[in-house]
Amino acid sequence: MFIYILKRLFFMIISLLVIVTATFGLMRAAPGGPFTGEKELPPAIQANLNAFYGLDQPWYKQYFDYLVSIAQWDFGPSFTYKGQTVNDLINNGFPVSFYLGMEAILVAVAVGILLGTIAALKHNEWQDYGAMIIAVLGISVPSFIIASVFQYFLAMKLGLFPVARWDSFMHSVLPALALATTPMAFIARLTRSSMLEVLSNDYIRTAKSKGLSKNVIILRHTIRNALLPVVSYMGPLISAILTGSFIIEKIFGIPGLGMHFVTSITNRDYTTIMGVTVFFSILLLVSILLVDIAYGLIDPRIQIAGKKGD
Amino acid sequence: MLNNLKNHKKHIFVAFSFVLAFTLLIAACAPGGGDGGGAGGEQKIRVNINTEPFSLNPGLANDTTSGGVLLQTFEGLTRIGKDGEPENAMAEEIEKSEDLKKYTFTIRDATWSNGDKVTAQDFEYAWKWALDPKNEAQYAYQLYYLKNGESANMGKASVDEVGVKAVDEKTLEVTLENPTPYFLELTAFYTYFPVNSKIAKENPNWYTDAGDNYTSNGPFVMTTWEHNDKIILEKNADYWDNETVNLNQIEMIMVNDPNTELSMFDNGELDWAGSPMGTLPTEAIPSLKKEDRLNIEPIAGTYWYKFNTEKKPFNNVNIRKAFAYSINRDAIVNNITKGGEIPGMAAVPPTMIKENEKGYFEDNNVDEAKKLLEKGLKEEGYGSVTDLPPITLSYNTSESHAKIAQAIQDMWKKNLGVDVKLSNAEWKVYIDKLHNGNYQIGRMGWLGDYNDPVNFLELYKEKGGNNDTRWHNEEFASLLEQSATETDEKARMKLLKQAEEILMDDMPIAPIYFYTNTWVQNENLQDVVLSGLGDAQFKWASLK
Repeated sequence: MFIYILKRLFFMIISLLVIVTATFGLMRAAPGGPFTGEKELPPAIQANLNAFYGLDQPWYKQYFDYLVSIAQWDFGPSFTYKGQTVNDLINNGFPVSFYLGMEAILVAVAVGILLGTIAALKHNEWQDYGAMIIAVLGISVPSFIIASVFQYFLAMKLGLFPVARWDSFMHSVLPALALATTPMAFIARLTRSSMLEVLSNDYIRTAKSKGLSKNVIILRHTIRNALLPVVSYMGPLISAILTGSFIIEKIFGIPGLGMHFVTSITNRDYTTIMGVTVFFSILLLVSILLVDIAYGLIDPRIQIAGKKGD
Repeated sequence: MLNNLKNHKKHIFVAFSFVLAFTLLIAACAPGGGDGGGAGGEQKIRVNINTEPFSLNPGLANDTTSGGVLLQTFEGLTRIGKDGEPENAMAEEIEKSEDLKKYTFTIRDATWSNGDKVTAQDFEYAWKWALDPKNEAQYAYQLYYLKNGESANMGKASVDEVGVKAVDEKTLEVTLENPTPYFLELTAFYTYFPVNSKIAKENPNWYTDAGDNYTSNGPFVMTTWEHNDKIILEKNADYWDNETVNLNQIEMIMVNDPNTELSMFDNGELDWAGSPMGTLPTEAIPSLKKEDRLNIEPIAGTYWYKFNTEKKPFNNVNIRKAFAYSINRDAIVNNITKGGEIPGMAAVPPTMIKENEKGYFEDNNVDEAKKLLEKGLKEEGYGSVTDLPPITLSYNTSESHAKIAQAIQDMWKKNLGVDVKLSNAEWKVYIDKLHNGNYQIGRMGWLGDYNDPVNFLELYKEKGGNNDTRWHNEEFASLLEQSATETDEKARMKLLKQAEEILMDDMPIAPIYFYTNTWVQNENLQDVVLSGLGDAQFKWASLK
C-alpha cells in the first residue's frame, strides 16, 4: 500500500511537470501580453514592468525560476490586481468555491443516488420515467439557463432567495442548486444503471431466496456495490466543482476561484494562469488518488496494491 | 458472515464520519451573515462596479473602475463640479502666471481620514512617485504636462527636476511644459490626487487593503475591501466640506454579469444599474426605453473605424472617404445600438464641441461616396471595384461589434458594390494585430481622459503609439503644436477645429457614433453628478 502510494505520487509529479510545461508554452505562444493595451506604454515603464515580473529574462530562465517557485508554493504577483499575489487570489477565492462546491456535491450525491435508486427499483414504472426525465433535463440544459430560471422564479417572482451575491447561507442556495443539477443528473443515471445490473446478479437472488427482507437486500447488498461507478466519478467531480465554475460565479456574482480560470487568460495574467492551473491539477491528481484508494476500501475485489507478495 | 457484517458497520461508520466532516467544514467556512442592507431613510445606496479595481492607489490606477472608486474617496486640487466646470477643492486659492505656465496653489485646511494634515508635500510626493519609472505607473503620462515630467518618466531626467514643488505646507508651486488651458481639469483627475506621504513612505503597500494604512481625503472613506466581492465606502466625517455630503454609505459590489445586475436592480438589491459604473444588457435597452425607465446621457467618447493608410487600397484618400461616407450611421444607432447614441460625423464628441453634432460631412451620402470611389479607383489604376484587392474588416470579438460590422459590410456591398470580409479576434490578439499594422479596417473607440478636444486629436499626431492608422500630416501636427502654446482660449479652439477638419478631410478614421451612458436608477436617488467624461460622483447625492 505504502509503496503503491509512493509510486502514484511519483507519477503525479511527472504529470504536473507535463501540465506546467504545456501551459507555459501555450500561454507564451498566444499573441499579446499582459501589458498589451490601447495606449502603448513608455519604454522605460515597460522595461521596469518586465524586470519586475521577470519577463526580461530568456524563456528557459523564466521557466526554471517558475518551477522553483512553484515548488515553494509561491505563484508570484498578479498582473491584473496590483499589490495582490496569486496566492492571495487562491486563498481568497478557494474557500468560497469550496463551500459552494461542497454544498453542491452534497445535493448532487444525495438527490442523485436517491433518484437513481428509486428509478432502478421501480424499473419501467412511472417513478423510473419521472426520475430519468429529470436526469435528462439536468444533463442537457446548460447550467447558465438553469441559473437564470432559478433567479427568475425563485428569487424575483417568489422572493425566496436573493438574486445574487455571496453573503449569507440563503445566498448560497441558488448557485449550489444550479451547480448541482448536472452532476446530480449524471449520478442518478449512473446509480440507476449499475443498480439494475447488480439487481440481476445471482447473489441477490440467493439473498432473496434466503428470505432476507427487501430493505436489507437493498441497503446491504445492492446499493453498496452499485455505488462503485459513482465513487470513481467523484474524483474529477470534486476537483472540478471545488475549484469553482466560471459561469455560475459570474451569474451569481460569487467571489470564487472559477472566474480566475477565464479572466486570467483574457488578461494574459501569466502568473495567475499558471497558478490556478497548477492548483487545479494538484487538486485533480490528489482527488483521483483518493478515489482509487477509497475504491479498494469499498470493494474488496479490487486490490490497489496488487496481489500480496507482488 | 460475521466478518462481513463487521466490515459493513465499519463502512457505514466511515461514510458517516465523512458526512460529518463535510458538514463541519461547511459550517466552518460559511459566509458571514449579512444584513440585507436598508434603503430609504438610512442614506445608504448600493451600486455595482462590475469588477475588482486594478489598484486603489491614485498613482497606479489606470482604469475606469478604479477611477470610479477613487473619485469618491480622494480629492485633488480641483473637483469637477455639478455644472461640469472645475472648482477649487483641496486648493483654496489658485494663482496662474501670465503665460499660463506657472500655477501656485494654496492648500486649504483639510485632513486625511486618520487626522493627518493634507499638505503640499503630499501632492509633490504623489506626483513624483507616479512619474518615477521604477514605480511602473501605467498612467504616468497624464503627468507629462509638468515640466520635465516626460523626461523623468523616460528615465532621461531625475525626478527632482519635475516642475512641482512644495514651498511650504500650504503652498504648492507647479511649473508646466506648455501653457495648458485645461490644466485645472487635469488636477481633478485621479493621477493628480495627493497621497498621504507620511504613511506611504513608511508603508509602500499601504494601498492594497482597507484599514489604518488606507487614508483618503475625499467625501467618503473606504472601510471595507473584500477583494473581488465588495467595497464599502462611508461618509468621511473629517472631510472639509462634509456638510454637503448626504449619503452615509455606498456599497460597491462586483457582479460582472449585466443580466444579473438588472435583475438585482429590479429586485431592489441595487440602486443603480448600468453605466458609468456597471453595464446594462443590450437586449434589455429597448424594453427599458419603452417602460420609460432608461436614462440616456451623451459622453465624451467616439466609436470609430480606423483605416490602415499603408495598406492598399486605403492608402488612397478618396477610397477612404467613399467607405466612410457610405455608412448609414442613423440606421446603426436606431436599429442596432439603440442606446440613444449620436451619429458621428466628426472625431471630437459634441460634449466637447457642440457643433460636432452636425459634423464635417453628410451621413449616408451614397452619391458622393460613389463619385469618390470612382475617382479613387482611377487614381490607383483599378478598372472597377472587382479589381480591388480583398478587403477585410476586423473587430474584437463581441456581439455588438459583430452586429455593427455586419450592417456596415452590407451597406458597402449595397452602396459601393464592394465585397468585404469580416474577421474577429480576442481583445489582446486584436490590439496586437492593430499595433503591428496587420489590418485594413479596424474597429476602435476612444473615451476622453479629460474634457478637451486635444485629447482626441493628439491620438493622430505621430505615427505609432495609439495611431494605428499610420497616417501623418505635417499641417495637422503643426496646428496641434501651435495650439499647445496658444494662451487665448478662442484662438486655440480655432486651431483645434482646423486640425479636426484636416483629419476629417484626410479620413484616416471613419467615425461611426458618439457614446452615451445608459442606466436605470432608484427614483429616490438624486443629485448623482455625471460628468461629460462619463464618470459619476456621489458627493452631492442623497436619497429622498
